[in-house]
Amino acid sequence: MKYRSAFDIIGPVMIGPSSSHTAGAARIGRVARTLFGKQPSKAEISLYGSFAKTYKGHGTDVAIVGGILDFDTFDERIPSALQLAEEAGIEVIFTVEDTVTDHPNTVRVKLTEGDRDIELVGISIGGGTIEITELNSFELKLSGEHPAILVVHNDQFGVISAVTNILSKHQINIGHMEVSRKEKGKMAIMVIEVDQKIGQDVMTELEGLPNITQIIRMVD
Amino acid sequence: MLFRNVAELVELAENKGVKIAEIMIQQEIEVTGLTRDEIIAKMDRNLTVMEQAVERGLKGVTSVTGLTGGDAVLLQKYIQSGKALSGNILLDAVSKAVATNEVNAAMGIICATPTAGSAGVVPGTLFAVKEVLKPTRMEMIEFLFTSAAFGFVVANNASISGAAGGCQAEVGSASGMAAASIVEMAGGTPKQAAEAMAITLKNMLGLVCDPVAGLVEVPCVKRNAMGASNAMTAADMALAGITSRIPCDEVINAMFLIGQTMPSALRETAEGGLAATPTGRRLQEEIFGKKQ
Repeated sequence: MKYRSAFDIIGPVMIGPSSSHTAGAARIGRVARTLFGKQPSKAEISLYGSFAKTYKGHGTDVAIVGGILDFDTFDERIPSALQLAEEAGIEVIFTVEDTVTDHPNTVRVKLTEGDRDIELVGISIGGGTIEITELNSFELKLSGEHPAILVVHNDQFGVISAVTNILSKHQINIGHMEVSRKEKGKMAIMVIEVDQKIGQDVMTELEGLPNITQIIRMVD
Repeated sequence: MLFRNVAELVELAENKGVKIAEIMIQQEIEVTGLTRDEIIAKMDRNLTVMEQAVERGLKGVTSVTGLTGGDAVLLQKYIQSGKALSGNILLDAVSKAVATNEVNAAMGIICATPTAGSAGVVPGTLFAVKEVLKPTRMEMIEFLFTSAAFGFVVANNASISGAAGGCQAEVGSASGMAAASIVEMAGGTPKQAAEAMAITLKNMLGLVCDPVAGLVEVPCVKRNAMGASNAMTAADMALAGITSRIPCDEVINAMFLIGQTMPSALRETAEGGLAATPTGRRLQEEIFGKKQ
């Protein structure tokens, strides 16, 4: 079940003209911004498939940049996002790709600031609903059927058990979990799919753990 | 999940003796953990957005490109002239659907139902039948939950994306959702609502997504007009007791399979269909300049 809520169908409230190419695109941009944690100085955006063919007409470009500026889908500043990004000192580079991807609405977003960067691949599957399929070359396999969190952490011993201990204490059962890292001892990520809703108290507790860089809800 | 297909949805509503809208609300409570009041309030806000979009469109808007806008106004004037042939309620639905999509094309604020390109059909029909059925605010909110329930099944078992399944997945789904909601608001049974959805979607099968210049304007605005008209007719047919020989879930699956075999040129790439006509190409060049 990719769609879980009535508001995936009746919603989102958004600036037109396309839920997949405008609202979904804005949401992918905003996830990238949230994961990055601050405003980048550079945004490299590669468009694939239908995104590549029709981005001008759908305002996909302004929507993604609007998302990177932390705008919601209904933010009336979206149409002028390119200009606002320039004023904010963000260098925006668009690339239109020919490569055929699994999903027709695919975008790769890379955000950079100093020596920090993140790169993700998002797909817009219709009606404004999105999925993040790749993060910093880690392939994410989320069913979308259960609540899920993404934990960015230092690749140190004990971090994984500290996280799962807190979940266990709150009687949250893990249905699926993936752990990966780019390089030994550097940044690592965990994707955890659970059966119960993860409350804000649990999130706060997880955030307080040592060696945790960031925790993000991927699916509510 | 309480239901995964239309058959289960109808059975649940019938067994519990409640509206389909109620099943959707119950599922939403279960899935999100929000209270009933919070969920209703959320949908109420979406309804307000829809009202404002229709209102704005009926005053007349023009898109950035100038390709669309003003047709909702023309139709309202025509209805007022008293010369309309196909019935004032039907044309009112068409006009209000057009109004919403004209606002969408003008990058105004709308509520996707289930997508932005198909955002006109559900509110268009709702605000037209409202004039006749005089529903309460809560009944209007229920209309949207019923649409959500049917859309939910389509989205999870087929697609609501033009890029994945063509316009049948967008305006087709929206029209089916609207037809089912009209039936329920008019006092029809859950089964009749499903029949209306099936009848509508059957007549939208194969509809391609071929936006001129990749814009959600031509033919999207008029597809919403016909989607609203289709929904109204199918709702009346179902209320008259007409049933679909092919069950609703099988129609939805047929739509999915048709989408799977639809060439990419006809799935929101602006490479085929109306987008590829001489006029379609010319408009694209006028708007974006010649391709390098």
